[in-house]
Amino acid sequence: MADSLDQFLQHIVNGVMLGSTYALLGIGLTLIFGIMRIVNFTHGEFYALGAYMAYMLVALLGVNFFFAILLATAIGILFGAVLEFVVLRRLKTTDIDSVMIVMIGLWIAMQNTEQLIWGGVAKLIPSPFSQQPLVFGPVSVSPLKIFVLATAVILLIAFHFLINHTRLGLAMRSTFQDRDVAALMGVNVGTIYTATFALGSGLAAVAGALLGPVFLVNPTMGDLASLKAFAIVILGGLGSTVGATIGGFAIALVEEFGAGYISADYRDAFSFLVIVAVLILKPQGLFTMKERVG
Amino acid sequence: MKTIRLLATAITTTLTAALAATSTQAQETIKIGMTQPLTGAVAASGNYVANGAKIAVDVINAKGGVLGKKLELILEDNKSNPKEAVNAVEKLILRDKVPLLIGAWSSTYTLAIMPKLIEYKVPLIVETSSSGKITTSGNPWVFRISPTSEMEAKAFLAKYDAFQPGIKKIDFLSVNNDWGRGSADEFSKYLKTKGVQVGSVQFMAPDATDLSAQLTAIKQSGGDTLFITTGVEQMTLALKQAGELKVPHRIITTGGSFPDQLIEHPGPKEMSSYHLLFFSPWFPEKAKYPDIAKVYVDEWTKRKLDFPGLTEGFRGYDAVLTAVEAIKTAGKAEPEALRDALWKTKLPAVNGDIAFIKEGPAGQESGQNEPNIYVVLLNQGKVTMPLP
Repeated sequence: MADSLDQFLQHIVNGVMLGSTYALLGIGLTLIFGIMRIVNFTHGEFYALGAYMAYMLVALLGVNFFFAILLATAIGILFGAVLEFVVLRRLKTTDIDSVMIVMIGLWIAMQNTEQLIWGGVAKLIPSPFSQQPLVFGPVSVSPLKIFVLATAVILLIAFHFLINHTRLGLAMRSTFQDRDVAALMGVNVGTIYTATFALGSGLAAVAGALLGPVFLVNPTMGDLASLKAFAIVILGGLGSTVGATIGGFAIALVEEFGAGYISADYRDAFSFLVIVAVLILKPQGLFTMKERVG
Repeated sequence: MKTIRLLATAITTTLTAALAATSTQAQETIKIGMTQPLTGAVAASGNYVANGAKIAVDVINAKGGVLGKKLELILEDNKSNPKEAVNAVEKLILRDKVPLLIGAWSSTYTLAIMPKLIEYKVPLIVETSSSGKITTSGNPWVFRISPTSEMEAKAFLAKYDAFQPGIKKIDFLSVNNDWGRGSADEFSKYLKTKGVQVGSVQFMAPDATDLSAQLTAIKQSGGDTLFITTGVEQMTLALKQAGELKVPHRIITTGGSFPDQLIEHPGPKEMSSYHLLFFSPWFPEKAKYPDIAKVYVDEWTKRKLDFPGLTEGFRGYDAVLTAVEAIKTAGKAEPEALRDALWKTKLPAVNGDIAFIKEGPAGQESGQNEPNIYVVLLNQGKVTMPLP
């Protein structure tokens, strides 16, 4: 009995760790969809970009680990802003489908560029944390993962503060509710779009930079991340950042417990089963924000 | 106008000459087609094997090639995907007209391309895949130099008593494909004959990165030894995460891959792992033909490739040596002649002797080699060979 309780606690810890980074991935994607109505297929590639930048800075250039994560995030934000400014801004008037096609093209182009630059072989990012796990009774966790969890939670809180308590957040929320009215009230919608895409991409990049050292870095790592992010966003409701946060933790825990107690073969299937159920019972997602239609 | 015409003639002539030169050059080479996972989930291993093959081709060409012609290796990426493996093989056969193939690393990719061998009548030298099905399904174009999971399990059994404290209860963490499942079955079967109990058998998707759920379940199973079967990348992740979760087991990996990144970035102090290898570059003198192994190791190091990659690179090297020997025996580079020649081919290689015995249904046998197996121990970045 004690053994099964130990196992249960370890699963909870594993799930929460993973969930925190899933949440970061999820809010980035949901923010971009909610405000810009763009189905962002490049989201996973920004995740990979963050991881590769961290690899380049830490493993190749010998930059301090923490500074490298900060810098990788900044590169993600900058690249997101450039992408919005150069490509997406020109497409604003066209319909959601053609933007989607462009996003798919960008996704493929970005992934192949990563492959061209870094090669297909997975890379390992060394971390300054001790490899000795910390043991709390029956549960053991690596110091690196505690750092990842702490950083992710701080970022999630900071992000919710930004959305709910700043002028930029207010402008974003009003653009989300009604773009035209927001523009009439003096919100510079173009700037909000650039900020949104940059911020969303930065969140994906920081998730990649944080998870890169935990796992390995390879050019196709973004695909799985994109898939998870979409799953989280559908679960939480498109455009809902609270939903994406809760959705991130929920999906990670469902996967962890499903894999641990039912069958690890179907690890990814469990989260998608939940999504199928949500789509049947509450198709708008669990936490959809109210919005004006038309 | 005249100048333009003159220029056009000049360009045409140069082009024709250049084309003629390429085609005569093409006639002078003997092509070997190879498909490996150069990108995707198991890219590390695929690149090692491809590098081994390239080195063998260079070594052969430096000695004057084969049948008076240069050897040419045509490499196609299968992107760690069985569908892409089929495309790669069709391209090699139809576009490049190769008379012989080497590939495709994973059993899943190899099984996917096997029907194409029958369709186009081209022999394949299997350099890595270890699922039993490959040589027992009745495909007379398949010649495997790598060991089957069953051979690996049998060879491991011979070393069973050397493990102290003894192996009493085992758990498995295997990649969820033909190779991983086959390996878990064979090792269970053979170890059960020693009275060993089988505890938890966990599988993971080939591209899964978070294995903590599986490892947490294994940690609680009460076993003493954990067998891990997967490619280098996932093996590295599994070992790192097992260390983080303090999985108490003795860990043994199967399949001949080695987690080279852990040499530079070792896990927690108390962590060590055993690896079943088919070539151990740290101890080339233990190989059956140290001279052949030395040439291979020297050429690899000369190219500044990752040292631990030698553990898998030899597969490509030995496959090319086998192909060359078959071409010599056949006296020509034609698919059917090469298939017949492969049955007669016997050669010394990096792993040891290569020769093919018949496996599978009568009349449609595949060729299977019986390779040598080594066990190394990795502890805090140091590799030793502790077992007799």
